[in-house]
Amino acid sequence: MDWMAPIGQLVGTVALPTTTAAAKNGPLLAMHPIDYAVLVVYLLFVVGIGVLTGRKQKTSEDFFLSGRSIPSWITGLAFISANLGALEVMGMATSGYEYGMITANYYWIGAIPAMVFMGVAMMRFFYGSKVRSVPEFLNKRYNEGTRFVNAVTFAIFTPAISGISMYALALVLQDFLGLNFNVSVLISALVVLVYTFLGGLTASIYNEVLQFFLIVFGVAPLTIIALIANHGWAHFKHWLATHQLYAVYPKAAVAATAAKLHATANATANSAHAVMQGATAAHAKAAAVATAGVKLSGSQWLHTWTHMGSINNPLQTTWPGVVLGLGFVLSFSYWCTNFLVVQRALAAKDMTAAQDTPLLAAFPKMIFPFIVILPGVLAIPLIPHLLPSGPGVAPTKTFNNVMPLMMARYYPAGLLGLGLTALMASFMSGMAGNVTAFNTVVTYDLYAAYIRPNATDKHYLNFGRLMTVVGIIISVGFAYAVAGSRSIMGYTQNIFGVVNAPLIAVFLLGMFTGFTTPMGGFAGIVIGTLTSLTLFVLRFPGWPMAHTFNNGTSGAFWCAVWSFLAGATATIVVSLFTKNKPREQLVGLVYQLTPKPEAHDVPLWRRPLVIGIVALICALILNLFFW
Amino acid sequence: MIDLRLPIGIFFILVGLIITIYSIIAPAYVPHIKEHINIDLYWGIVLLIFGIPMTIFGWMAEQKSKNARTPEEKSTH
Repeated sequence: MDWMAPIGQLVGTVALPTTTAAAKNGPLLAMHPIDYAVLVVYLLFVVGIGVLTGRKQKTSEDFFLSGRSIPSWITGLAFISANLGALEVMGMATSGYEYGMITANYYWIGAIPAMVFMGVAMMRFFYGSKVRSVPEFLNKRYNEGTRFVNAVTFAIFTPAISGISMYALALVLQDFLGLNFNVSVLISALVVLVYTFLGGLTASIYNEVLQFFLIVFGVAPLTIIALIANHGWAHFKHWLATHQLYAVYPKAAVAATAAKLHATANATANSAHAVMQGATAAHAKAAAVATAGVKLSGSQWLHTWTHMGSINNPLQTTWPGVVLGLGFVLSFSYWCTNFLVVQRALAAKDMTAAQDTPLLAAFPKMIFPFIVILPGVLAIPLIPHLLPSGPGVAPTKTFNNVMPLMMARYYPAGLLGLGLTALMASFMSGMAGNVTAFNTVVTYDLYAAYIRPNATDKHYLNFGRLMTVVGIIISVGFAYAVAGSRSIMGYTQNIFGVVNAPLIAVFLLGMFTGFTTPMGGFAGIVIGTLTSLTLFVLRFPGWPMAHTFNNGTSGAFWCAVWSFLAGATATIVVSLFTKNKPREQLVGLVYQLTPKPEAHDVPLWRRPLVIGIVALICALILNLFFW
Repeated sequence: MIDLRLPIGIFFILVGLIITIYSIIAPAYVPHIKEHINIDLYWGIVLLIFGIPMTIFGWMAEQKSKNARTPEEKSTH
């Protein structure tokens, strides 16, 4: 896995698939007509939902925000599904194989607390202020400049991430099924285009819910079959306890081979004369590090926290970095400020449904490690040759494809069609989520704000449809542009998570303190983003901070914390010396200045705080179980 | 707007039927394990168990919402 991959795990894009040895010798699998039948039924349904929902798209608010009419169970599942890109589904299994159940921290200390905070504390202001996008909220709370920075970064990276996901899936389909790359890309893009063009956010959300269930039913059998193949959980635990496995990028190996690695990395980076080429050096470094290998007890692959006191765990990271960097900054930033997911909650029919959206989503979300991570962990004894087998032996990169490999091994015809359709569905839900968020931000926060402020609603509706087409064309273009360069892909898929990380500082200070000023917010977002980008670049192989951290994961977590602190400090300091907005303009946007909602008629068990506490207790139990 | 449970339910009934019928015509066992498990049959039934109630609840909700429409609304549809 690439050194920068962990941020990608958080944002739903992770290990990039690689061409397998099997694929080089031809496709691994032959799809049976029954598999195609399942795929065709799925494609017909997603397009059908686009046609059905398309009839209701009369205004721009219908198209971009589903007319704020969707019940919470639907927006809740879409909230998760928009994040369930193909690379999250496949990448989480990869991380399960590589790091074990420690990967579940991305859910149980990462996503769940952040989603609960979003539902209990932040949604009131997003939904209550009637904004149509996250950048629009920043404009109301701070100023145009803050909105502009956020809207532009979002508009640049969203279709790019979608394009990477498209490329990755097409590559997997080509490797495993021999499906033509161009055909895969075109069919997927056309299907997503048809339903998002016709039905806008409603079609995207409705299909995301269908895709959610399809992913669950398509991938869940893998856990069951893998358990049977391992002769049960007890037998699997015993196997791990009696075997030692090689961690992929151990600190000890870094120290032992530092000089060699440095030379390799520098040589590769210098010869390339380009920053992007640094990833090649990263791969050289990774391969070289892995050749040294350090053995860990296999049972470490089953614990989330026990071995986090030192770096001697498969993730090579300690708990403070995980709690602060992943659990707080990165997760809160993603789940509480990224418009891709926030948009699903804004489509809810009322305030209660909007608050319920992330809260209800937290429950299925915390179960997902059993569907997407556990198959990867269970695969270790079943396809053991993917980890480095010992000192001097480079790991095969095919662990990136552990999920399709497991499907290829254990799914018979019929179920295989369902599994592969699920992978395709996961890609489509991720892409449609990106495209619907992209067209909304471009239309409301860039076009309507700066180019045509006073056009008719019909005009914005048409422009939004045009942007849907543009978003998909950019995605497809990006898929082809990066086809020859894994390094560009690796950097781009992670850079948005990096850029977005400090945003939570500006939001928390804006929503929960009244003293932060418009210029303070602007300074916070600019300084935070620049700090984040600088730290990201400085960790490139051959650059000054390349060896500051144990590994990329640790670096990503701590740099997120520093960027957060930089953003928060800039917001506070500049606010002390600049003029604030009149207090009446901040009502509904700031906690202290907003009247608390009456909750007398809401039963106790339906209150957001109660649902949130129950979700946190459930996540805590899961943490304790796998401690 | 159509009740979402209806299309989701119908989709899983169709896929469940395809896989279940196929599993009966050409039983497919899980490869590479000792146990003879006709996984398509079992999983097809799981899909049907999920799809049928979804369809029923979705259809009932659709009927309810049709009946709840006022005569003026009905005339516009």
